[in-house]
Amino acid sequence: MRNMDNEPVTSVRVLTPSGMLGAGWDHATVERGIALGADVISIDGGSTDSGPYYLGSATPKTTAKAVARDLRSLLTAAAEAGIPVIVGSCGTSGTDSGVDWVAGIAAEVMAEEGLDLPVARIYSEQNAAELKEHLNAGRIHPLPPLGELRAETLESCTHIVGAMGHEPIVEALRAGAQVVFAGRATDTAVAAAYPLMQGMPAGPTWHAAKIVECGGQCTTDPRAGGVLATIDAGGFTIEPLDPTVSCTPISVAAHMLYETANPFEMREPDGTLDVRDARYTAVDDRIVRVEGSRFHVADQYTVKLEGARITGYETLSFSAIRDPLILADIDAWAELMRTIITQRVEQTLGLLPDEYAFDLRLYGHNAVLDELEPESGPPREVGVMLLVNAPDQATATAVAKVANPLLLHLPTPGMDYLPSLAFASSPAEVERGAAYEFVLNHVVDCDSPTSLFRMEMGEDR
Amino acid sequence: MTDSTTGPTLADLAHEVRSKNAGPFWVTMEVFLRDAEGYRMVADESFLNERTVARLYRVEESTVQIFRIPSLNVVKISFPRRLSQGSLRDRDMHAGQHHVPLARLRVAPQRGGADRGDR
Repeated sequence: MRNMDNEPVTSVRVLTPSGMLGAGWDHATVERGIALGADVISIDGGSTDSGPYYLGSATPKTTAKAVARDLRSLLTAAAEAGIPVIVGSCGTSGTDSGVDWVAGIAAEVMAEEGLDLPVARIYSEQNAAELKEHLNAGRIHPLPPLGELRAETLESCTHIVGAMGHEPIVEALRAGAQVVFAGRATDTAVAAAYPLMQGMPAGPTWHAAKIVECGGQCTTDPRAGGVLATIDAGGFTIEPLDPTVSCTPISVAAHMLYETANPFEMREPDGTLDVRDARYTAVDDRIVRVEGSRFHVADQYTVKLEGARITGYETLSFSAIRDPLILADIDAWAELMRTIITQRVEQTLGLLPDEYAFDLRLYGHNAVLDELEPESGPPREVGVMLLVNAPDQATATAVAKVANPLLLHLPTPGMDYLPSLAFASSPAEVERGAAYEFVLNHVVDCDSPTSLFRMEMGEDR
Repeated sequence: MTDSTTGPTLADLAHEVRSKNAGPFWVTMEVFLRDAEGYRMVADESFLNERTVARLYRVEESTVQIFRIPSLNVVKISFPRRLSQGSLRDRDMHAGQHHVPLARLRVAPQRGGADRGDR
């Protein structure tokens, strides 16, 4: 491979085609990045962004054909150029099955394309028993807003992953991998690994990695494909892969704000990126230079944990109201609905309010913001969603079925006849299966950056 | 806190007001002001502060973080989500619509009246 010799490296070019494997891009943008001298292709395969279901059930958000299409674009380009490909957070949440899923798709693509690139898989799933030992040893700490971790919380998770830093990925590259499929990794570690391995400074590297992690999001047209970051001893430059699109000092600086609670600091396993003194300057009308980013190495190496557990099973029902007489009194109607559902469920199913839960949402009125909704006044039409959560699916559906006649016919308190409302489908109920919640936001103190992760070379596990 | 019903809203002064989850337990919002004048009004601590945000979003004042970034004309606000992402009563998975109460906040008309009618 290119750049795997011992010549001193003065800069490293990282190509990130998109914010997510499976999102798709114009293959010409990848070819352009290669022509510009890309040394490595890195891409994220997921995150917690889309909610707890993907980790809790170990299910990818993306579809296999989209992942295969994107891998074909990357693997063929990387094979021809002789550069590595690094995919992080495989299968959306980075579970072990997610890594195997992406690696399996890649194996099929490589077989079809006649490629034989050395592959490494890095597994990041954690088991509760081992984590309990860390917990008992005082090595697990909460991140705000969560409190101290309890052992029962670990045991309740269906899946737990640790977010690796760059080190396990570097280890895989050093072991000879040209293609790395990593489990859960920090969004930035994926892009930072290769430049750090080549001796690029930590401040510019981690900052560049944060800027490229969402692909074209740091450009003037986020839909137009990825970016190329060139990292060197003094900073980094960034340019879009689509020649018609620009990076501006504002578009690049603004991306540091995206999805991060703190715009100046970002914690990685081995330290903290600090961009307070970063300077963004235009090299030309579409390339930006960034200097002054710093990285403070932490006293303690920490790995962040993510875990999700089942909260129950859900059934959803959806009806709708157009009659202005009901809409004029919609809040009272909803309150009556809640009261009567509670009564009827107790009468017919013998369930008390603490044995199940439901959320009644008035889409078109205040469903999205609920009590934070600042506007008032009658809506033109309202979609009524009833979401029931119960310890098992049958109970959740039974509650929704008890509510069914009410979602069809409930009048407002002031009406003396029964209206008929507009169900959206037959049957009205949709079983959603298990529902999940995130319960971990904690870090583990680690003696070694690789101790929580397992690497395997080759395609077969 | 403003009680003004006549001044411009943050949305009027901004190129973009947006919100997004920052991990499963936090929400973060940014107001990208159009110019330094808009920034000066919105970054004014007597107008927009931790208490204002706490009242708008019914969260603990002590948990609200505000970052004022004059180089970008940006005011950024972060606080823990009241409902963790994906839980039964979470109606906004990516917290992407939660900027609206902030965006419709009005700044008080400036002293001396209509000297800002150039929008």
